[in-house]
Amino acid sequence: MIKLTRVSKEYPHRGYALRDVSLRVNKGEFAFLTGHSGSGKSTTMRLIHMSDRPSSGEINVDGYSSDHITQRDLWKVRRLVGMVFQDFRLLPGRTALENVAFALEVTGTPRKAIPARANLLLAQVGFAPKKDALVEQLSGGERQRVAIARALANEPDILLADEPTGNLDDQATSEILDLFWDINAKGMAVLMATHDLELVGRHPNARIIELDQGRLVSDSNIMQAGTH
Amino acid sequence: MYAIREAVAAFRRAPILTALSAGMVGLALYVVGLFSLATYNLQIALAAIEERVEIVVYIRDNTRQSEIDLFLTEIMDFQEVSSTKLISKMDALERAQRDLPEFGQLFLDSEVNPLPQSIEIALHPGNRTPEAIAKVVKAAQGYTFVEDALYGEEWVDRLFALRRVGLATTTAAGAALAMVAALIIGAALRIAVFARREEIYVMRLVGARNGFIRSPFLLEGALAGLTGGILALGLTYGSYRGVSTYMLDVAWIPFSWVGIGLTAGLLFGTISSAVAIHRHLKKV
Ligand SMILES: Nc1ncnc2c1ncn2[C@@H]1O[C@H](COP(=O)(O)OP(=O)(O)O)[C@@H](O)[C@H]1O
Ligand SMILES: [Mg+2]
Repeated sequence: MIKLTRVSKEYPHRGYALRDVSLRVNKGEFAFLTGHSGSGKSTTMRLIHMSDRPSSGEINVDGYSSDHITQRDLWKVRRLVGMVFQDFRLLPGRTALENVAFALEVTGTPRKAIPARANLLLAQVGFAPKKDALVEQLSGGERQRVAIARALANEPDILLADEPTGNLDDQATSEILDLFWDINAKGMAVLMATHDLELVGRHPNARIIELDQGRLVSDSNIMQAGTH
Repeated sequence: MYAIREAVAAFRRAPILTALSAGMVGLALYVVGLFSLATYNLQIALAAIEERVEIVVYIRDNTRQSEIDLFLTEIMDFQEVSSTKLISKMDALERAQRDLPEFGQLFLDSEVNPLPQSIEIALHPGNRTPEAIAKVVKAAQGYTFVEDALYGEEWVDRLFALRRVGLATTTAAGAALAMVAALIIGAALRIAVFARREEIYVMRLVGARNGFIRSPFLLEGALAGLTGGILALGLTYGSYRGVSTYMLDVAWIPFSWVGIGLTAGLLFGTISSAVAIHRHLKKV
């Protein structure tokens, strides 16, 4: 489903953020992308979302190749790849419902279908009661739920979460992870970047991919495959 | 649909910005409108003067009628020439009497008519140029019985110089001010794009199409351009009314010029906003 083939990313004056990374994420998988700060986790996610281009190598998302895709077709990839961040990136001055509705509206959902669909998305992330609150009035955990609902708006095949719990307390963190497992149980792949190894340790069923200074240094999937 | 709603919403969010840019564009195009008005009226005036451009060939006395007839047919062969008119010595005298009554009696009293016969040569409208005139004059002077061939040399040359200057000035000023208008809209749109960068970011994040992201801005630019154009039209018309009521009788510019002006406003608005949004989308 998602395939990185010998991907490198070099930033001018900063050197390599990623070096020769090859990786596959399969349908319905749950994986953590770990590594120290600066190891290249966010860069990897941006490349999969195709909001950035690799310096060399190829990224393939459901058949769309970074080698061939044109600027005007990028929206297709973005609808296959939902994305959430540590800082939520919700639109201020709008309610939770409006934030989700905005994503639906700008991706061409028929106007009449939007309210019902936005309500359903918020219900899926357990957020229905506070849907009319402005995002500024919500806690971090609540905001992240809204952001997740927004990321699910176009029923993506994979959810990329870049340090989604970095700003959350323990309680909210475990609630968000429960939500990810729920979403994953419905068949969606989840790739979550985190440097919190203790958190990763609490989820032994997840695949763990580790980056160090831009190199892929370990992948529990490959190790499991080796023991079979 | 979405684009229209968003463009209206953009105006609601920043009415001063939108109104200001439309106003500035209106002022810039107003100057273009004034230039157009002046140029158009200059053209009318020049055309009226031009109609009087003609060549007068004076014929020596004692020239035979057959020679004159030959001259008339030969000169009509020039494609620049539209008509010729023979003014006999008698005709010339009558004219002199009519135009200069105080001398008329004097001429009548004298035994000999001192006025020569002449031929007035008119040119086709498109050929009243210094070059064509010179060509015909030279040909006429080639005949031995032609005493002289005259035209208002100086003022014909000046007339054409004036026309060239007028046209060049309007074109240059129009182009420069249209550029100014485009830059103003571009700047306003960059501010509008900047004000909405978070929305644009989210749109791209969740997979809105490029055209979808662009269209409200293009519409906004087009509206600013068109509004500016209409404003300029109103101001120009007001000035025209003012001038023709209190100063001199001037003509209103043709409908096609107005159409071109409004279309240009619309186009400049759309193009400059397209450039602004394109730059932003490339940067993010
Ligand atoms: N836009 C950028 N411009 C320049 N350097 C960058 C940019 N983004 C990331 N980097 C560099 O790339 C490396 C990897 O960064 P990142 O992918 O953000 O790591 P992580 O998310 O694991 O902390 C870092 O050295 C960082 O400084
Ligand atoms: Mg990061």
